[in-house]
Amino acid sequence: MKFIDEFRDPALARRLVGQIRQMTASRAAPVRLMEFCGGHTHAAYRFGLRELLDGAVELISGPGCPVCVTAAADLDRAIALAEWPDVILATFGDMVRVPGSRVQTLQAARARGADVRVVYSPLDALTLARQHPARPVVMLGVGFETTAPGIAAALVQAETERITNFSALSLHKLTPPAMRAILGAGDVPLDGIIGPGHVSAVIGSDAWGFLPREYGIACAVAGFEPLDLLGAIAGLVRATVEGVPVVDNLYMRGVRSEGNPTALALLNRVFEVGTAKWRGLGALPDSGLRLRAEWAHRNAARLFPVTREPAREPPGCRCGDIVRGRSAPMDCPLFRRVCTPENPIGPCMVSNEGACAAVFQYAVDF
Amino acid sequence: MCLAIPTQIIAIEATSPFPQATVVLEGVERRISLALTPEAQVGDYVLVHTGYAISRVDAVEAQETLAMLAEMTAYQ
Ligand code: SF4
Repeated sequence: MKFIDEFRDPALARRLVGQIRQMTASRAAPVRLMEFCGGHTHAAYRFGLRELLDGAVELISGPGCPVCVTAAADLDRAIALAEWPDVILATFGDMVRVPGSRVQTLQAARARGADVRVVYSPLDALTLARQHPARPVVMLGVGFETTAPGIAAALVQAETERITNFSALSLHKLTPPAMRAILGAGDVPLDGIIGPGHVSAVIGSDAWGFLPREYGIACAVAGFEPLDLLGAIAGLVRATVEGVPVVDNLYMRGVRSEGNPTALALLNRVFEVGTAKWRGLGALPDSGLRLRAEWAHRNAARLFPVTREPAREPPGCRCGDIVRGRSAPMDCPLFRRVCTPENPIGPCMVSNEGACAAVFQYAVDF
Repeated sequence: MCLAIPTQIIAIEATSPFPQATVVLEGVERRISLALTPEAQVGDYVLVHTGYAISRVDAVEAQETLAMLAEMTAYQ
């Protein structure tokens, strides 16, 4: 497959691993890198990169799993919204099995009669709105800067086509503020950051310039194939060894330094920046996207003012510590004994990008 | 959730408010929106995420990255 197979060349991968090992040979401790993105967590396990680099590089999972960082309170809100009379709630598949407070899920709400539809794209939710003109169709907007422009485009399209029964509940989050919160807390020592590839396709690799500038830490934006990750890791190891932190872009084929101006303009047209609640990180100012006042008629948070009891995190679940790099899935006493992909207790086990799901699926030595 | 797959555009339709394209994703023909990459042309590869092309894949940059990685490991 084009733009995939070339980045899986085993000979070049072996040489990169050799080079990383050579650069770290004289160090007492492994170089500690956080992969921001849950997609990188899964790719690193899937291609066996952790074992290949064992002892030289330690990879720490970050907050880049939108489902995992969605706060229980926001999940409760989505569940209550799904139960609003006549509402059709359209959601990406990952969200339906995530437990909110009191072990509720969208799936359970559906079993009780709520109309919850899994969609691949916000465009499918628009189609639902066309098919059911008498019922409100709400798109559950979960995701980072990668996903939010599509939701914005769907809202603009609904406006143009005068589809009046289409709205969105925006739980969208911005990635740089989460990175700042983790580095600012200072409780997870890191030598470098593997920057999220597809988020950066939208916001640009320049958006990570604050990492070397303000925190003295290197960042390498990476794609999701083995050579992408190994190249980024080699660059970060070199920056660490030489003590020269910079932003490197190893995903030039998809990521420009300035990002995607069309997507950024659409984001800005529909959303404004506001405080968002993150699982594990709490309420972070300027870390979320909410609909602008001009879009109030398509803002589900305003159209359906649901009431909820105070939220509760799933008891015993360590997802909050895992998304900020303080714990690994194996540190959770529930991991594999109680919490499995069939019977997930927390979001990190449900999501395709969750660290617990990655370890459960790929790691053999836990 | 930020998964995006490189896929080739085989046709474009100038719909309103945003152009649409036909791509082949995992062997199945799909319609995607070009709302975020209106400059994309037939034959281009794009990264598709939740039904939207979020970025064009630049073949020259891909070659340069591969060449740079090979060069990085040339003197061990
Ligand atoms: S193993 Fe389950 S309960 Fe433990 S942190 Fe992961 S998702 Fe939460």
